[in-house]
Amino acid sequence: MTGAYLVSQIVNGLILGSMYALIAIGFSMIYGIVRLINFAHGDIFSIGAFATLASISVAHAPFPVAVAIVLAVGALSGVIIERAAFRPMRGAPQVTGFIASLAVAIILQNLAVLTISAQPRTFTVPPALGQLVVLGGVSLRVIDLVIVGLAIVLMVALVLFVRFTRVGTAMRATAENYDVARLMGINIDRMIAMAFAIGSGLAATAGLMWASKYGQISPLMGLLPGLKAFVAAVIGGVGSITGAVLGGYVLGLSEVLFVGLLPPEYSGYRNAFVFGALIVVLLVMPNGLLGRSTEDRA
Amino acid sequence: MTGDTFPLRFALAALVGAVLVFTAEASFDPYVLSIIQFAGITIILAVSLNITNGFVGLFSLGHPAFMTIGGYVTALLVMPSARKTVMLPDLPFMVASQEWSFLPALLAGGLGAAIVAVIVGFPVLRLRGHYLAVATLGLIFIVQSFAVNLRGVTRGALGLSGLPAETTLWWVFLFVLLTFYVCWQLKHSSLGRTMLAIRENELAAACLGVNVARTRVLAFALGAFFAGIAGGLWVHLVTLISPNSFTFLLAFHLVVMVVLGGTGSIIGAALVAALLTVLTELLRPVEEAAALFGLSQIIVAFAVLVVLITRPTGMFGTAEPDFFAWIRRFGGSDPTPSNRPPTEEKTT
Repeated sequence: MTGAYLVSQIVNGLILGSMYALIAIGFSMIYGIVRLINFAHGDIFSIGAFATLASISVAHAPFPVAVAIVLAVGALSGVIIERAAFRPMRGAPQVTGFIASLAVAIILQNLAVLTISAQPRTFTVPPALGQLVVLGGVSLRVIDLVIVGLAIVLMVALVLFVRFTRVGTAMRATAENYDVARLMGINIDRMIAMAFAIGSGLAATAGLMWASKYGQISPLMGLLPGLKAFVAAVIGGVGSITGAVLGGYVLGLSEVLFVGLLPPEYSGYRNAFVFGALIVVLLVMPNGLLGRSTEDRA
Repeated sequence: MTGDTFPLRFALAALVGAVLVFTAEASFDPYVLSIIQFAGITIILAVSLNITNGFVGLFSLGHPAFMTIGGYVTALLVMPSARKTVMLPDLPFMVASQEWSFLPALLAGGLGAAIVAVIVGFPVLRLRGHYLAVATLGLIFIVQSFAVNLRGVTRGALGLSGLPAETTLWWVFLFVLLTFYVCWQLKHSSLGRTMLAIRENELAAACLGVNVARTRVLAFALGAFFAGIAGGLWVHLVTLISPNSFTFLLAFHLVVMVVLGGTGSIIGAALVAALLTVLTELLRPVEEAAALFGLSQIIVAFAVLVVLITRPTGMFGTAEPDFFAWIRRFGGSDPTPSNRPPTEEKTT
């Protein structure tokens, strides 16, 4: 095993981790404010992938414009879903929200199958992004660097937004204590819509990255990455944004290294490995790496 | 508290059912019969999921995982050993030489699923709410991983095809009866009350000396046992099992049945299970004719949302609808309502 092989594995882990992290942030933000595990989150990821296909392959938008479009489409879908499905049952038991989000996921998947068929589609990035660059003996495509860079920019922007703006402060207050925040005059509905908008926008961007990296998309593609991002959120500590980022990278790296370093006959067990990791983490550290409260968890 | 009339009523229901099964076998074509069998298997699944999700309040999505285990175990035990040596040359001789008849193989499948449930249950059932939901969902993917990769036993992604078509309406009927009997007796026994107590208030139950962890695992394993049997019945109806036979979508449908029927209501779950199976089957030609694949899924999912918003306790809540009242009226005996809900409706 050469050093270059290891480095390229680590880069792959960072790329996968970036996607998991972006989806996991949404899980964590939404959970932090409304205590809802939004199962339809993985399908926003698929929506992002198809918005990418539409804006780059069909409308021939330049890549940065496509990123903006995908962010906006994701944010809008998140807000619509919240308004239509989750707002009417706010305050219901947690499991009700979970089942509702499963129903939304089924609706989104099947609407997509109905309108654009379940057939996987291929997707190619603009040639400039597909070029190879050699960094320290490791050859990478430009898109690989763009993915990791874009993820970092988005995450830093999010952290700055949450920490230093008025709206960000209000969001943190709402996550801290819903009722007190409302008494302080914070518009709860707007905060929830904001959490859905930001989280869904980021998940859609992860869809864009997935499409650019792996080149194949289908309406049902969101299920597994969505679930694994939930695992990442749990590993990091649900409710914590930095935890979600950390969990995403930990999971992405360990999944890639699990496949890359073990003999090939074990690589088929990668999903078993990820969900086994979930169970182990929940048992050993029920609050995840950076989570705080123990309420309604273990 | 079931009242002394329960065995009588159960025997009566079984008799009526047997007559219906006999008539159905004699008069329906194989396609209609297979739909009825699917409905029966789905009833077994929904009613048994109700033990975990309804009685104890453990929100589990793991039924497809247990069905897969039960399906493979049953299939491997029933399959003629000559075929096994051709299809699965790497199978250990211990299994390869076995040729069981259907009933013991089904029970072994259920038992296998239950054993896995016990092993997994002790750590996993410490989780609550959607954490448990996602962990049990993960179980589906873990079992799937093993089914794909243990090629010597499962033939990998190809699956085991050409299984003997052992499942008949009689077998399905027998196990529907068994599931009903066990669940009904359980619900109205002290163990069932213990389970409901855990669902309502775990801490209070523990204070009264209930062994919460053990009761939970027991409920989980019992649900898994029936799921395993349903898996065995299913694969010998479609004569095929592959790692993708039982997926997350099935788990969703089963949960929908339990929720729409009323969490904890045995008859509610069974009714919705039968209704949904038949409905999806009726919609299938419409979907195919109009090329609207996925339409029935969307309809079901919308129905779920509407029910969750308008009637969160499902059709019957925890209660059982009293179909037997008229029998008592006829007989003039037993004026007390014998199957009222064991606990008050939870108000959250």
